[in-house]
Amino acid sequence: MQYLDFEKPIEELNEQLEKLRKLGEGGKVDMTSAVKELEEKISLTRKEIYTKLSGWQRVQLSRHPARPYSLFYIQQICSRFIELHGDRGVRDDNAMIGGLGTLDGESVMFVGQQKGINTKDRQFRNFGMANPEGYRKALRLFKLAEKFNVPIVTLIDTPGAYPGLEAEERGQGEAIARNLYEMTLLKVPVICIIIGEGASGGALGIGMGDRVLMLENTWYSVISPESCSSILWHSWDMKEEAAEQLKLTAQHMHQFKLVDGIIKEPMGGAHNNPEEMAKTLKREIKKNLIDLKDMSPAERIDARIRKFSSMGFYEED
Amino acid sequence: MSWFRRTKEGITTSTEEKLEVPEGVWWKCPSCKKAIPSADLRGNKYVCPNCGYHPRINSTEYFEVIFDEGECKLLFENLRPKDHLHFKDLKTYKERLEETAKKADVTEAITVGVGKVNGNKMVCACMNFNYIGGSMGSVVGERISKAIDYCVQKKLPLLIISKSGGARMMESAFSLMQMAKTSAKLTQLSEAKLPFFSLMTDPTTGGVTASYAMLGDINMAEPDALIGFAGPRVIKETIKKDLPKGFQRSEFLLEHGFLDFIIDRKELKQRLSDMIEMLMALPASSARS
Ligand SMILES: [Zn+2]
Repeated sequence: MQYLDFEKPIEELNEQLEKLRKLGEGGKVDMTSAVKELEEKISLTRKEIYTKLSGWQRVQLSRHPARPYSLFYIQQICSRFIELHGDRGVRDDNAMIGGLGTLDGESVMFVGQQKGINTKDRQFRNFGMANPEGYRKALRLFKLAEKFNVPIVTLIDTPGAYPGLEAEERGQGEAIARNLYEMTLLKVPVICIIIGEGASGGALGIGMGDRVLMLENTWYSVISPESCSSILWHSWDMKEEAAEQLKLTAQHMHQFKLVDGIIKEPMGGAHNNPEEMAKTLKREIKKNLIDLKDMSPAERIDARIRKFSSMGFYEED
Repeated sequence: MSWFRRTKEGITTSTEEKLEVPEGVWWKCPSCKKAIPSADLRGNKYVCPNCGYHPRINSTEYFEVIFDEGECKLLFENLRPKDHLHFKDLKTYKERLEETAKKADVTEAITVGVGKVNGNKMVCACMNFNYIGGSMGSVVGERISKAIDYCVQKKLPLLIISKSGGARMMESAFSLMQMAKTSAKLTQLSEAKLPFFSLMTDPTTGGVTASYAMLGDINMAEPDALIGFAGPRVIKETIKKDLPKGFQRSEFLLEHGFLDFIIDRKELKQRLSDMIEMLMALPASSARS
């Protein structure tokens, strides 16, 4: 178990618990009630910490190395999954995964960024930073889904679109722009869920949905708190303050009506109970798909355009 | 993404924010260093008569260049920015807006005008780089959105002239969602079969590149403009190598297939009216059926 800095009190209590258990195993002293008491204390401390998380703490949670990623959820949720590869142009982008899944008997097209689970895998996945071919692969799968009337679920988890030389050569800007435009017009239901990091255009590039939902401990912003700190404060040290100012949490985003809902995470975050998180996610996907299926394609497209066009604040003299 | 850099005066981009065409009798070309009478520069459509350099100009000058007699009607000027998030870094967004309003000759990072281009009526939404680095905030998105509605209602073509450092961080996710908003609205212009011309000028970067700038029916750029998603500095830091000469310039984008053509500012007006006439000569329905 890896603890974040603000989880220190939990870590200490867990260490005490470990010691108590070892003592108990010796068999000489009955530790049952002491163990139980400590377990309750841990649960209480966790609750206390997790009910008043700051923006930056949620950013930390969204990046927790043990946090589940797209493929984990898909495998948990679907009875069958066939991964599909390639943009048919340049190459297969391993930072953007996708494929057909069966969710309680129904087909769903899943597309999402994928982060790596160890050092080697993280490089293979390019840390979840897609190139233009990743966005074009996503679009190919969206169109495939549309052709066969299969609803789409995207899982968003990226520190940003990859800012590389070849990415620019192959039109990172065009690839994202094209997706925003084409996703607006998709005839099938589209649900987008931020499961980790929702950084800027790289996240939005697969984020134009009828329903956009955020897991409780995720963030969505035009820039990462670190970059914002370096640009506006001219220092890397103001990331906590930048995270507060950017109002990037699921709670803020929902309050601003920039996303449609928040999905609750298990106490202690998604990584604390990935299986339970997957179950909740599945329930939410199903519920939203049922709602969306009642609308005609034209109604969904109209509502999508209306929703995104209403975003913004300004004075009217 | 964007790459504003703070200076003592307030927020500015890594390149000079102020217009390269100041008021005065003489103008010194930053490229060939020759001193040119300001009247000659203006007479040459704000292109250096000596070397062809395209200095950064604002909507005021662009409207003068493209519209007949330099005349147009400004639209949606009543939409003004607001500090909805109460954003504060070293100063508040509200203070920034007030300071910018004092020194800028425009009311936001985009100005919309409707006028005639060699007799063809057209709407132009033109970005202003000297308004917080041409950053995309809610007002930019809303003015574009309203310009599209206006075009659809009056059956007019749309030109967007992009010039932007990227996102307006002080509007956080609202800034990001302007990419979604403008792209979604452009589907309606397309549905109405009205041409959308996108002109990218120096610099066109970040969220603007990754939304409307790249979505033109016709994508064009001025010569030697910086156009990209990520900024050169960010890319350099990522790949830890120097960038090749001409990287992310108009000519590079043309070569890689992202532009229809590069257009000299002096030719812009004629090219626009040619395209309007060629694309809108027949009613869209009869041309298609
Ligand atoms: Zn010159």
